[in-house]
Amino acid sequence: MSTATSTRTPLKLDGIVKRFGAVTAIQRFDLEIAPGEIVALVGDNGAGKSTLVKIISGLYQPTEGEIWINGDRAEFSDPSDARARGVEVVYQDLALADLQPVYMNLFLGRELTRGPLRILDRSRMARETQQLVDDLDIRIPSAKAQLSDLSGGQRQGIAIARATHWASGLVLMDEPTAALGVAETAKVEETILKLKERGAAVLIVSHNMEQVFRVADRVTVLRRGTQVGTRSVAETTHNELVAMITGLAS
Amino acid sequence: MTDTAVRHEAPTILDTVRRVPWRAAVVYIGFALVFAFFAITQGEYFLTATNLTNIVVQAAPITVMAMGAVLVLAIGAIDLSIGSTVALAALATAVALESTGSWWIAALVGLAVGALVGAMNGFFITALRLPSFLVTLASMGLIAGLARQLTDLQSVPVLDSTFTWLFGSGTLLGLPILIWWTAVVVLVGWHVLRQRKFGAHVLAVGNNERAARVSGIKVNRVKMAVFTVSGMTAALAGILYDGRLGGARYTLGEADLMTVLAAVIVGGTALTGGKASIAGALVGSLLMSMINNGLILAGLSVSQQMIVRGAIILLAVSLSLRGKKSQ
Repeated sequence: MSTATSTRTPLKLDGIVKRFGAVTAIQRFDLEIAPGEIVALVGDNGAGKSTLVKIISGLYQPTEGEIWINGDRAEFSDPSDARARGVEVVYQDLALADLQPVYMNLFLGRELTRGPLRILDRSRMARETQQLVDDLDIRIPSAKAQLSDLSGGQRQGIAIARATHWASGLVLMDEPTAALGVAETAKVEETILKLKERGAAVLIVSHNMEQVFRVADRVTVLRRGTQVGTRSVAETTHNELVAMITGLAS
Repeated sequence: MTDTAVRHEAPTILDTVRRVPWRAAVVYIGFALVFAFFAITQGEYFLTATNLTNIVVQAAPITVMAMGAVLVLAIGAIDLSIGSTVALAALATAVALESTGSWWIAALVGLAVGALVGAMNGFFITALRLPSFLVTLASMGLIAGLARQLTDLQSVPVLDSTFTWLFGSGTLLGLPILIWWTAVVVLVGWHVLRQRKFGAHVLAVGNNERAARVSGIKVNRVKMAVFTVSGMTAALAGILYDGRLGGARYTLGEADLMTVLAAVIVGGTALTGGKASIAGALVGSLLMSMINNGLILAGLSVSQQMIVRGAIILLAVSLSLRGKKSQ
């Protein structure tokens, strides 16, 4: 499995600025994430969170600033560049093919083949999938089950497993539990914490303050395109974060 | 590892019944029922080896087209132009055969015409992002008109004996050549859909286009390829008609669109994309051919056949599509 084992920094953002014409969407954003660290990105609607996610996942290009992945300067012209550099994204609306078996989703677009005829190696994909979901403690009936037979939480678990499997740098999660119920959210959070144990670097966008305190090590706050501050979760409070997000005090 | 962990309590009979994928099984049950019906009512002739072989041979062009149609439906699109592509490709092949005298150049010309039609459909669907229904509805008319215009409504004879042997009347190892063509095309279709990355990408595009795109699948390339293949299977069907009938006419393939779609849909391929069955399409095609055959044996007139066939297709299609929402 390609978990980040190097001591190099999986993600470093240095002075990221994004302007759309005369509008400045992100004023200046700096962040470093260490292996095995979970950083939460919080802020109100329109604060620039999704712009930032799109920059890191290669959908937008920053106007100024640098992205460093595993210690190397990265320039993404589209999402496949970011993916090639080991950045994987978990979307809130499950970018999965639900009529396909679990293992096909895990290997979607990167299917394993065998032999000179490059025939799909279904049994190996199923085996590796089973191994991965077992490691991450995602309970599903079988790696060969059709995805639509799983619950929303199990499916998001699969989406996260897929990201983990392919990410060598960073797993980016855009509100991974926004569409889930309480119990399913708890299960997905467990999976996220499992990633941390495996040494993955995670940047998670969340609206849910309780969740931020449950899973993140640090939290960074955006307000109207400005990075207001970054706090260690152990040293901040719910009230301080809300104040930073809304701008009532800082 | 696969099935043991699914259930802890012993499944009841009701669970077992519920677990049978009825929708996928409709075509096989239907095939068995229709077969039994004709075997009982028309037994003395229906069950002869000649007649049973005939059913498969008659189905050959439909089966070939169905393989392309499975892929098109699997990406969640539709190709209405296959019927008229049959005519245009058959005529192009016949004309090329007449002027060059070479069976393989003629066949290549036919296939190229089909590929060109398919690629044109694909271009409008991917580059201009038009719905496949509208694009192929328009090209269906355009191609049918072209086939009529280019041949002045005349039929073109196919006399080359190599050609008619290879694409129509020949037998190889005791089996009619059209059965061999059917077998080859079905096996290739199965291989492409089940064993190749391309097949996995086709199903992913039909299932969730956005997921396919963010997973790095070149969605437009997949669509282009699928429509090109669909045009080419229609062209091959046209070539097989040339070989079997000894000539081409603009009316070839006219009624095939409905038969092909019925065969594929009854065979368990979803109109909404993402789910496809090659074996189902083959059996669906044989079912359509068998119905045709049995109705002729029963002495029904052409118009009566049309009515009965339409009703049977309607019944089969509603059985195979019903209950899809509850899944």
